[in-house]
Amino acid sequence: MVRRRLAVGVLTLFLVSVVVFLATEVLPGNAAYAILGRTATPARLHALEASLHLNRGIFDQYWVWISGLFTGRLGNSLVNGLPVWSYVEPRIVNSAVLVFVAGAAGAILGVALGAVAALRKDSWFDHITSVVVLAVTSLPEFVVAIGLIILLSTVVWHILPAVSLLAPGTYAWSQPELLVLPAATLVIVIVPYILRMMRAAMVEALESDYVEMARLKGVPEWRIVLMHALPNAIAPTIQVIGLNFLYLAGGIVIVEYVFNFPGIGQGLVFAVNDRDVPVVQFIVLVLAAFYVVVNIVTDVIALLATPRRRIAR
Amino acid sequence: MAVNAPAASPAARTPPQNVKRIRRHQWASLLWVAIRTPRGAIGLGLASFVVLVAVIGPFVAPQSPYALVTLAFGKPNGQFLLGGDFLGRDVLSRVLNGGWLLLIMAACATALGIVGGAAAGVSAAYLRGRSDGIIMRTVDVILAFPQLVFALLLLSLLGPRLWLITIAVGVSHAPQVARVIRSATLDITERDFVKAAELQGMRPAKVMAKEILPNLVSPLMVEAGLRLTYSIVIISGLAFLGFGQEPPAANWGLMINENRIGLSLNPWSVIVPAALIALLTIGTNTFTDAFARVTIGVDRRPEEAALIDDLGGEVSE
Repeated sequence: MVRRRLAVGVLTLFLVSVVVFLATEVLPGNAAYAILGRTATPARLHALEASLHLNRGIFDQYWVWISGLFTGRLGNSLVNGLPVWSYVEPRIVNSAVLVFVAGAAGAILGVALGAVAALRKDSWFDHITSVVVLAVTSLPEFVVAIGLIILLSTVVWHILPAVSLLAPGTYAWSQPELLVLPAATLVIVIVPYILRMMRAAMVEALESDYVEMARLKGVPEWRIVLMHALPNAIAPTIQVIGLNFLYLAGGIVIVEYVFNFPGIGQGLVFAVNDRDVPVVQFIVLVLAAFYVVVNIVTDVIALLATPRRRIAR
Repeated sequence: MAVNAPAASPAARTPPQNVKRIRRHQWASLLWVAIRTPRGAIGLGLASFVVLVAVIGPFVAPQSPYALVTLAFGKPNGQFLLGGDFLGRDVLSRVLNGGWLLLIMAACATALGIVGGAAAGVSAAYLRGRSDGIIMRTVDVILAFPQLVFALLLLSLLGPRLWLITIAVGVSHAPQVARVIRSATLDITERDFVKAAELQGMRPAKVMAKEILPNLVSPLMVEAGLRLTYSIVIISGLAFLGFGQEPPAANWGLMINENRIGLSLNPWSVIVPAALIALLTIGTNTFTDAFARVTIGVDRRPEEAALIDDLGGEVSE
């Protein structure tokens, strides 16, 4: 089961790389023309086609590109001529830090709040969270980000920096205060989903036979919650936590842009603006690969965490 | 259980036409029930308010959205109720002009995603075999791209064209819809009325259109509500990133980005467009949630809930 899932994942990754590659090839007007636009002269077009390997056969081109991924030769940015890898690498690190911090904080907060909401089912806390959750899940990230900026760094209070400009050559962990607002935005966006799932799973667990049994045996309530209900409720929640890491792969794009946080999301926006195809190709592939890998990991963990499913298949 | 069983079984044996007629009325009455729940009423109210602002706005705007009439980031006053934007244009007039295109694009993208996704999902589940494999593999590949990233990839190649944004968002919705509809269809294909239609020699395309699709109206409506919310989120997000209407166009997403440098001077130039987008998405999502609760009756996320065959309740018990 696990092995089959991995095989499907590798196949998906391959197809994704083909799609990313073909997108630059099949769409009307080749990449060279798209980049040069009106300034295209036959000579410039020809030179650029050669540098993008567009004058070779399609399989050759794919091979050059995909083998470059493994050898680190990704070609150069069309805008500044720098190697793609040296431009993207620090951004990947920064984004990874942001995703990890936001994902972990969101998971902990979501599980805790969801468990409390379930324990206090139908209390005012439960009702308020359910309304807030519904409102927040529908908000675009940039609206949440702008809201935080208004609240914490411009109009109301001036506590935190509104932009996360890192000194060149430094990484995100060197100035943790710059991580706060981008991470907080992402946490606000993902917590509601985790909370909602955790609450539902916890309510179900608390009403289950084994909890009833434990109560009848006279097990203390804190023990029932922590040792019996919580582990069983977390198993289905893991999948939703995984899904939220998936969401973060897309969510960082806007959030990094809002806060000028130098990660791959912001890099993607800049590259799309400049039609910097090699950079766009690579970043999109990184994000898609992250998506596929997290998907597999989530599935496998969910499979292992649920004894019923592990045995049934 | 023993009491319920006899009551349920005659319903299961009613002829297909009869069941279909009941169902056709069912989604309409469910919609009505949803509107009368507190959540449904609030959601519909919020969304309608924003739609009204966007649609009537261009006709009642006091100024031209492009005219430089006041100070850059000028504070609100009697003449310019929401102050000036970064160039000194009237924020109120720009807000009133800046929403209608978002609504049209979001509606088109949603329609595209629902039609494409439903066609793919129903075909995959009904035709099974190789078609199922090919469709679901394609779905997996598209799903590997975060929706915004998928749109950005296309835009980087063809440039920020409005039709392309709409199509890109619609296409990125389709796989999600296809997944939900596929699993809903899988249960329906097992029902007697589908078998009966097949035995009468109905062609597969007709079975899907006439027998299966009418039973998917409720899950499709839940999906449409969800996808509409996401369409608004993604399209306004793209506009915010600068991939949408070009300046000097009045566009809520673009306005937020243009004016955020002057947040401390005239916050209204950012707060009002941001609040309208927020109210719109909260409205559509809340109404969808109310409708999903009414149709499915379970407190879960609509995506998961739609996976459950909500229409099967009366027959499967």
